[in-house]
Amino acid sequence: MKPRFKDVATVRSGLKKENYLADDGIAGVVYLADRLGKPVLIEGPAGTGKTQLAKSVAEMTGARLIRLQCYEGLDESKALYEWNYKKQLLRIQADKKSDSWSEVHDDIFSEEFLLTRPLLEAITSEEPVVLLIDEVDRVEVETEALLLEILSDYQVSIPELGTITAKQIPLVFLTSNNTRELSEALKRRCLYLHVDYPDLEREKEIVLNKVPDISENLADQIARIVRSIRQLDLKKAPSVSETLDWARTLMLLGIETIDEKEAKETLHILLKYQTDIAKAAKELSVTK
Amino acid sequence: MPVLDLMSGFIVELRNAGLPVSLTENLDAMEAVKVIPIEDRDAFKYALGATLVKNNAHWRVFETIFEVYFSLRGPEYEITKDGQPDDFWREMQEQMDQVKGQGEGKGSGGGMDSLTPEEIAAMLMRALMSGDQAMMRALAKQSVQRFAGMEPGRPVGGTYYLYRTLRNLDLDNMLQKLMDANREMSKQQLSSLEERLEKDEFESRIEQFKQEVESEIRRRLVADRGAEAMAKTLRKPLPEDVEFMHASRDEMQSLKKALYPLTRKLAARLARKRRHGRKGPLDFRNTVRHSLSYGGVPADPKFRYPRPAKPELMVVADISGSVAAFARFTLMFVYAIQNQFSKVRSFVFIDGIDEVTKFFKSTEDIGEAINRVNTEADVVWVDGHSDYGHAFEVFFERYGKDINSKTTVLLLGDARNNYHAAQSWVVKEMRKRARHVYWLNPEPKSYWNTGDSIVGEYGAHTDGVFECRNLRQLEGFVENLT
Repeated sequence: MKPRFKDVATVRSGLKKENYLADDGIAGVVYLADRLGKPVLIEGPAGTGKTQLAKSVAEMTGARLIRLQCYEGLDESKALYEWNYKKQLLRIQADKKSDSWSEVHDDIFSEEFLLTRPLLEAITSEEPVVLLIDEVDRVEVETEALLLEILSDYQVSIPELGTITAKQIPLVFLTSNNTRELSEALKRRCLYLHVDYPDLEREKEIVLNKVPDISENLADQIARIVRSIRQLDLKKAPSVSETLDWARTLMLLGIETIDEKEAKETLHILLKYQTDIAKAAKELSVTK
Repeated sequence: MPVLDLMSGFIVELRNAGLPVSLTENLDAMEAVKVIPIEDRDAFKYALGATLVKNNAHWRVFETIFEVYFSLRGPEYEITKDGQPDDFWREMQEQMDQVKGQGEGKGSGGGMDSLTPEEIAAMLMRALMSGDQAMMRALAKQSVQRFAGMEPGRPVGGTYYLYRTLRNLDLDNMLQKLMDANREMSKQQLSSLEERLEKDEFESRIEQFKQEVESEIRRRLVADRGAEAMAKTLRKPLPEDVEFMHASRDEMQSLKKALYPLTRKLAARLARKRRHGRKGPLDFRNTVRHSLSYGGVPADPKFRYPRPAKPELMVVADISGSVAAFARFTLMFVYAIQNQFSKVRSFVFIDGIDEVTKFFKSTEDIGEAINRVNTEADVVWVDGHSDYGHAFEVFFERYGKDINSKTTVLLLGDARNNYHAAQSWVVKEMRKRARHVYWLNPEPKSYWNTGDSIVGEYGAHTDGVFECRNLRQLEGFVENLT
């Protein structure tokens, strides 16, 4: 199969065009995923752009994004495939007299009666796809096993039909918020990418990119204040999306440079716990 | 092929450090290396990281080992194709030889060597002021050469060299100096917010410089002693394997960081287990409702899941010097998952005992509560040496009536009783009333019942004594508790 990307730099510039600023690690892993034909497991704190990465890669490569949102209780019939029971029933009842049993039997277990769910759809698709399996840590350990066949061999085995193999190898992204340890078997099949809070420079660039008309000076100040806040021992550190919300709020309020008072008044956009807000407000005003 | 040898050595070292690297992951890494040029050191590092390290807590360990094994290979120090040592290597060896000959402190020729220490400090300050990366790197190199006084062949990890280098540069006062200079330079008065931001910026630059110095020292040590020996000296336990009783300050920090995600995972796991542990009786209503989509045939029976009552927990912890860190961690741990219990009460003692539940109730911040426990709890009765017997007696007298069949009592400590009376009947009584009584001991099993440790005597009356030396063991215990 032809590789999608020439080198790491292409990935990076391509993502940038989609307004996603990747660092070396992110671009490198996306590049590797394509070259090695392996899924990528993305972990990291909430709101650092894990899901967005998959979306941006899909846009960049012009592929269709197929998304499987995981939740507790997700099972085969929602993730892989399901037999269209009602349609099968109709088929049996429609011509009771004419067909012999064996004919009907073969007939009702054909692709016509198969309802494809995201995973099966991703590998049977003719056009290029990006498969996003979102918040994979929410499913039970037992359900994880459903994913293993598709992740390692890009195929799905259906007892009545046989094995369906992928027509093209999709780029697969799994995201996890790390609420539980994923199984070794799953991890082994994936490349691992930890997306952390961006460093100062990158955060500033993100703000400049995503918030229209923001001045360089303000973006710089925002990034620096957020970095200082993240260094505190908080229940929930501000995420990138919260940084952006804050930047937008400051723009709406028409603030050009942040002073202490304004920072304190708008802290509740960055932080969601009262204790965190109190702590940050205290820290920001005290100099040692 | 030298790269292949290097890789296998590297992977062996990762495994030695405790990272679970499987064979498939090893093969993936080899595949990855094929498509990523080794010259691009950052990309190379991320490629190896993505294939070999599947847990972010292990990244630090990986990074250290990577640096040791590949520190001489990168854009700055091109490796030659036939595996011969490159120029940098040779130059470094020459320097080491010179040091051997002349004693410490003098380097070979070059632009910076004629400078006095004061001039170097001044240059460093300028570089930090402006955030000049290249200058900082050059200065790091120079100061290591000058101040570290490295002696070839000494089997050390470099901490001492780091300390020496930094002391000579007077880095401790650098922050203050930078702030002062910055204040002078800016024309108008800085607001306190701005000042705080400046301070954070300088701190991060100084930290960066420290790391430069550290990696420079490592580079030289590797050149001197080879990657394998060096990696062995630097080998550090993973955060979850650090022993509570012997953790250094840095290790404590990393322990604290590891604690929160661990508890979050544990809580999610426990909640799930509670719901799905057992199957209950048939849920008739639900079954009939679902049978509608199968034409009235109850093809998919539904069950009611039982919701077992959450246990009540009483934590009784020894907080005397030697086991204080362990007690602190266990308390933090228990309170971080307190919604898995219907009630948590905590008591601390040395030779007197005090209830500290209120400290945890009044604040959401566990760290602050722990601080208050350390400073405000009234735990000294006579001399401030552990007296388990007396503490238990008082505990039973005051709170014994609150122990009932739902309560699980956790006793934490090394049971080193300073030869006081054991009063082990108290534990026996507790066990009669409580659902379970467990003892957690932070000492290695081989030390139990030696000297003044009487854990066996107490242990006989509990439902189990567990060795709890590190986070991994603690987590395992708590998981089985609920």
